[in-house]
Amino acid sequence: MIGDEVVNLSRLQFGLTALYHFLFVPLTLGLTFLLAIMESVYVMTGKQVYKDMTRFWGKLFGINFAMGVTTGITLEFQFGTNWSYYSHYVGDIFGPILASEGLMSFFLESTFVGLFFFGWDRMSRVQHLSVTWLLALGTNTSALWILIANAWMQHPVGTEFNYQTLRMELTSFADVFFNPVAQVKFVHTVAAGYVTGAMFVLGISSWYLLKGRDIGFARRSFSIAAAFGLASILSVIVLGDESGYTDGEVQKVKLAAIEAAWETEKPPAAFTLIGFPDQDKQETRFALRIPYVLGLIATRSVDEEVKGLKELRQSSLAHIRSGQTAYWALEKIRAGDLSAPVRAEFEAHKADLGFGLLLRKYTDNVAGASEELVQKAAADTIPCVGPLFWTFRVMVACGFTLLFVFVMAFYFCATRVADRKRWLLKLAVWSIPLPWIAAETGWFVAEYGRQPWTISGVLPTHLSTSSISAGDLWFSIAGFAFFYTALLVIELYLMLKYVKLGPSSLYTGRYHFEQPAAALSNPAA
Amino acid sequence: MFDYETMRVIWWVITGAVATGFVLTVGFDFGIGALLPFVGRNDVERRVVINTIGPTWDGNQVWLILLGGAIFAVWPAVYATLFSGLYIAMLLVLFTLFFRPVGFDYRSKLDCPKWRNAWDWGLFIGGAVPPILMGVLVGNLLVGLPFHLDGSLRSFYDGSFFGLLMPFPLLCGVIGVLACVFHGAVYLSCRTEGAIERRARRIALIGGLVLVALIVLAAAWVILGIPRPEILSMAGPGAPSNPMAKTVDFSGSWLVNFQAHPRMFAAPALAVLGVPAAALLAGSGRAVAAFAASSVGIGGLLWTVGFGLFPFMLISTTDPRSSLTIWDASASHLNLQWSLAITLVFLPIVLLYTQWAYRVIWGKVTEAEIVKGDHTLY
Repeated sequence: MIGDEVVNLSRLQFGLTALYHFLFVPLTLGLTFLLAIMESVYVMTGKQVYKDMTRFWGKLFGINFAMGVTTGITLEFQFGTNWSYYSHYVGDIFGPILASEGLMSFFLESTFVGLFFFGWDRMSRVQHLSVTWLLALGTNTSALWILIANAWMQHPVGTEFNYQTLRMELTSFADVFFNPVAQVKFVHTVAAGYVTGAMFVLGISSWYLLKGRDIGFARRSFSIAAAFGLASILSVIVLGDESGYTDGEVQKVKLAAIEAAWETEKPPAAFTLIGFPDQDKQETRFALRIPYVLGLIATRSVDEEVKGLKELRQSSLAHIRSGQTAYWALEKIRAGDLSAPVRAEFEAHKADLGFGLLLRKYTDNVAGASEELVQKAAADTIPCVGPLFWTFRVMVACGFTLLFVFVMAFYFCATRVADRKRWLLKLAVWSIPLPWIAAETGWFVAEYGRQPWTISGVLPTHLSTSSISAGDLWFSIAGFAFFYTALLVIELYLMLKYVKLGPSSLYTGRYHFEQPAAALSNPAA
Repeated sequence: MFDYETMRVIWWVITGAVATGFVLTVGFDFGIGALLPFVGRNDVERRVVINTIGPTWDGNQVWLILLGGAIFAVWPAVYATLFSGLYIAMLLVLFTLFFRPVGFDYRSKLDCPKWRNAWDWGLFIGGAVPPILMGVLVGNLLVGLPFHLDGSLRSFYDGSFFGLLMPFPLLCGVIGVLACVFHGAVYLSCRTEGAIERRARRIALIGGLVLVALIVLAAAWVILGIPRPEILSMAGPGAPSNPMAKTVDFSGSWLVNFQAHPRMFAAPALAVLGVPAAALLAGSGRAVAAFAASSVGIGGLLWTVGFGLFPFMLISTTDPRSSLTIWDASASHLNLQWSLAITLVFLPIVLLYTQWAYRVIWGKVTEAEIVKGDHTLY
């Protein structure tokens, strides 16, 4: 058995490094597309300001992209360093997805990012524009692969356990690729990235407009961001990935936990807008409920039911008992008993083997575990409701605030009065952090809500770690804390410096700090 | 498509090809990073050096990511055992790699000598430390690692970080960093002119000659001083992957594959001929020919190690049966087929646009160019 400390520290490290990495990813996803749009306008109209926009926002993109690359390698390493049993157990499915991401996406984005920055004078306009679009394609397909991988952890399909190799093996690549959970997750996540990019450009442009600097440049940037952002935030909300939560048992548990749905209701279920979930009593106090809405969101129907946590726990209990039988048969087979009844028993129960493995947290004698331990394992299958309930609502609140910002920005842009609406410009500046808060809370919901599993229903988290010591983990966590803190300070310093400098950082002679009157206040001087 | 056994061999070859891509591209980036503070004696010179790899280093680094991804995908047991076993070493590689992306991008974004000098030394660490550690790692692959698998195929590492730093692996660490520095100096002499080019040529000449001597020394050490495992019995090259179904002892010979397939001697021959040839070509100013020769030489070195180890991937010294071979550590047959199909479609596309990118940026990076592109170049 693996010590709780190693498991908890491994989770902490992965959670922190993944959330940290995702500070940079959504901006990359959004900005590459915005750069491609700006450059397309430049190539179509020939107006220099659009080239300057591409180059200036490109500079900020570059500062962010470097951090994305730096922190991305960490995640690939960590599957091997910290989750080695996971890597052995599901590498057959998870590995090819990551390798495909490298082959199809990382090469694309990393090769063309170099040409984006260094190729302006070395190729034709159309060639450079193609490079920028390929860069955007690279970053976006990268998100596709990683969400296919993540969706497989949430809802493992196209795979089965092989008792000869003691691991999960691929049975259908198409099932893994076309996993329905992956589809919704991909659209939801990249659209959230577009919102991040749009909010970044909108907010910073608003700040220039408030300062009365580089008006023409800022106004055009504002317009593009407003239109792109409105389309994106609508996609995020309409295609919210809650609809993916009805596929698979563990996803259902997550949905019920997010909504603090303790009981199964007659469909369509009511939506709890706000309330105080109480895990021990299995009820939600002071709940403000809106009839029918949850059923509609979650099942897209009026007659399918949304299962409550109490019922889901009972169903886990049945799976665990079946998993005990699978584990018993597997031990027999491993000891060399390949008789027909044992194998038949294994085949009949192997889908629940993962539930049997939940007991390994408490005992090595899975097959003969006491009723008390079985009940404990069943209780483990229900995640802690409070944090999920609240983070989900923070995410949704950010989403709707952003919808308001982009609707207003788009409306006043269309009526050509946006730069006179100072309240809107201020709101846009203050809204810059919202997409990040939404993205981070969204990931928290998706991953914390998957507990106690790394692979839903297949592999419990506490079995997935490497056989390393807590000392090893403290070493690595200290290293990450040191490097990531230092790098964040440096990154923010550079980012703010270049934001303040604005398009004057291009040294074209056309912008604010390069005009004689402003030269004295140049922060770069 | 092919049977399981053939697929495993194909994937051993592809993994070797990806490793070659990594060593030949990231290799010169590492080397140039390690040389940066020494071949560039002032800010403009250092920027010339950085900009020879500025547009392409990121694309190159994907070979490293892909190598990790390919091992994860196709040899998951190797990935799990190696990365978790060498936990501290892997994290040191990771932490030192951190200096590169931000170093390249951030260094010239502020016009402050202290800032720039600090990043130059960061790029030095990011260029010098990973190849040393990777060389030490290769040395330990030959010596074997202390690990064992339990009944559920969970791997346990029985050694420590300092246990990796034995004399032979340390020699390999020196070879690793020297090979990168040599290869980097050759590349630098292709892409620079004047004083930097002269310095690069000299480093390539001396570095290449020392490198080939060390390679010969290491080869002799391996053959004479390091026991090689041998598979006594196993489930069969087409059997499901389970390392515990074999018996292994240390009675083997490193030359066994070469004697069975004499054509494999081409790899060590290319190594010991290519490296000095590249050194002499670089010394006499024929930079592009020198780069071709150093690529062949370093590629030959890598394949020499591979042929020597085949079919072993990770050798266990504490429980030889737990050693991982291509016959018992691979992914499933279906996985290998899908991975092959994806690779055959996409790798040629990658090679196509990579060579296009190099064509676009090719040419000597000059000091005049740096001064002119003060605010756009790295």
